[in-house]
Amino acid sequence: MTAPIAGGVDCDLHPAVPHLTSLLPYMNDYWRDQVTTRGMTDLLSQSYPTNSPITGRADWRPAKGKPGESVDDLLKHALAPFQTAFGILNPLYGVQLVFSEDMADAFCRALNDWLVKEWLDKDARLRGSIVIPAQSIEKAVAEIERCATDKRFVQVLMLVAGDMPLGKRHYWPIYATCERLGLPIGIHAGSNYHNAPTSVGWGSYHIEDYVAQAQAFQTQMTSLIVEGVFAKYPNLKMVMLESGFTWLPSYLWRLHKFWRGVRMETPWVDRPPIEIVRSNIRFSLQPVDAPPEPETLNRLFDHMQSDELLLFSTDYPHWQFDGDSALPEGLSPDLVRRIMIDNPHATYARLKDSVAKETTP
Amino acid sequence: MNMQFRSGAQQDNATAIKTAIADCDIHPARATASELHPFLAKRWHEHLATYGKHAYQGMMEGPPYPKAQPNASRRDAYPPEGGPQGSSLSFMQKQLLDPHNVALGVLNPLGTGQGIRNHDLSAALATAINDWQIEKWTSKDSRLKGSIVVENEDGPTAAAEIRKRAGDPNFVQVLLLSRNVEPLGQRRYWPIYEAAQEAGLPVGVHAFGFGGNPITASGWPSYYIEEMVGHSQCQQTALASIVLEGVFERFPKLKMVMIEAGFGWAPSLAWRLDKVWQKLRSEVPHVKRPPSEYIKDHIWWTTQPMEDPERREHLFQTIEWIGWDKLLFATDYPHWDFDEPSRVLPVGVSDANREAFYLGNAKKLYGIA
Repeated sequence: MTAPIAGGVDCDLHPAVPHLTSLLPYMNDYWRDQVTTRGMTDLLSQSYPTNSPITGRADWRPAKGKPGESVDDLLKHALAPFQTAFGILNPLYGVQLVFSEDMADAFCRALNDWLVKEWLDKDARLRGSIVIPAQSIEKAVAEIERCATDKRFVQVLMLVAGDMPLGKRHYWPIYATCERLGLPIGIHAGSNYHNAPTSVGWGSYHIEDYVAQAQAFQTQMTSLIVEGVFAKYPNLKMVMLESGFTWLPSYLWRLHKFWRGVRMETPWVDRPPIEIVRSNIRFSLQPVDAPPEPETLNRLFDHMQSDELLLFSTDYPHWQFDGDSALPEGLSPDLVRRIMIDNPHATYARLKDSVAKETTP
Repeated sequence: MNMQFRSGAQQDNATAIKTAIADCDIHPARATASELHPFLAKRWHEHLATYGKHAYQGMMEGPPYPKAQPNASRRDAYPPEGGPQGSSLSFMQKQLLDPHNVALGVLNPLGTGQGIRNHDLSAALATAINDWQIEKWTSKDSRLKGSIVVENEDGPTAAAEIRKRAGDPNFVQVLLLSRNVEPLGQRRYWPIYEAAQEAGLPVGVHAFGFGGNPITASGWPSYYIEEMVGHSQCQQTALASIVLEGVFERFPKLKMVMIEAGFGWAPSLAWRLDKVWQKLRSEVPHVKRPPSEYIKDHIWWTTQPMEDPERREHLFQTIEWIGWDKLLFATDYPHWDFDEPSRVLPVGVSDANREAFYLGNAKKLYGIA
């Protein structure tokens, strides 16, 4: 394995909400009553069934409860081995799956407040992502503004498969808010299941849903690029989380070819797609969907023609690698430094803010 | 795809391509809407005039994502005698088959009997388009071979059409589209694979089609470019379904051709499938080997639209993973994103690989002497 260096940023960690009742203290009377009276159960998304091998690495699973439920375990399993300076928490609780925007809003607010009290307040290295009810733009923007005053929130989180393609103008007020507040948008694997989980319908298996995440990221990148999100919001950063990245070069060859052929349709896309990716889009490291041979991976890095695109992640507690081998074989020390430290800091401006705040008495 | 190359390319074709080629994706068109009538029962003439095709998409005429050119086709491909591009055999001979020395041309008719909600109409149209391929094209020019169009959502009916055509030298493959009511590995499509394997015919899966599902996992996108780029994502998902449902375990002699959806994505999809399968194989015990092995053994790829990275060695590295013996050259004539045979392959390819790419692989797969 490639040796990690101390002081890195882990950009994709998943704290688990033990149960919907864990959020009750963070809801108002009305929603507490709704949850209790209606007998609502745990909001588990089938993107990550609790007992699926990929949802929790065997040696990271607690004796009881969900993988990723304990702060101490996360610190011990994910941060300590890599001497990580900052860990960004991306909760994947199924609050986006509900169809009522009012309920989604109430649950997102509770989830964000829960994250502050139960996680961010527990360890100074932890940072958070703001989960939003994306089907209501007004409520999503309000929630971003409410949470953004806490500088420990360093990003806004959305799912890769939702109600509409993410480039649609409907979502742009969210992007305007994030650009203004210096918050990147993290787009994470997972569907709200308001549409079929693949572009050709409902498959039979969990494994199909998981494989199809990569294709969902590809179509979302096309949407974001050709709708002109980054022409309108040039300072907005987006981070593809748990997306895989080995598909990126061939995806861009194809997008570039069609952009050259039919760019008259979207004239505001005034730069080649690969340039837009280099300036505005980043990818978390895990999972590395490549054979273990270092020469294959290095060839892929050569195909990507940039060392600024990847951000270190363990994807804890998801099972993407064994032992401490979060960094694939054959990375140069310079690339390790970029992936673990330089690239995350260049992406998450708020990491500096919170450092400055901590060191100022 | 680059329109600016076209007029120049016209003149130097004869000298640039000295050896014969196979074109594995040609789209023949009907000159008029009623051209299929001789092959269709009269009740369907009236039905079509009254109710239309009633497809799994909303437009009565034309595609929901308007194309970049009329009929998605080259503006220089209108036949002199009239009719849409690709509707005249003599003009296709003059513009494509003769100057490019096409020894084998595989016809993939689109806008036919697939993606239609009325299953009786779909079956009638599929049979009609197959008879029409023989009558108008393959019986008139022995270089051309047809694809058996089937009622894609009704397995037994589709299988009957395949068995009816089995052994007919006019046809070299069965044609499906990538987007259907369900992912292509689902059991409703297995009778198609069973009959194709029995007939010794590859199943070609051409990009496109409508099955009622939004064409991304996050709903309907806005633009034609999204649909075009997105064909690769739909094809990846359809192929993942075929592998993960165990289609190649069930039908071990089945060969499939991925048509017009690119091939650059094949290695990364296979690596992802392998990596996830190692962890989740208990869910799919019928998938006995790493998914990449099924892909390497059973899948062929047409080349158009060729991925063209800035550096040609990147293309060669991708092809080396897939195998030079699995690529089938295609122009996509008469569509606007035509790949010019004399310009598509960068320099630096061995003579043996070049011959396999342009002709040898196709003759072998399609059983053409």
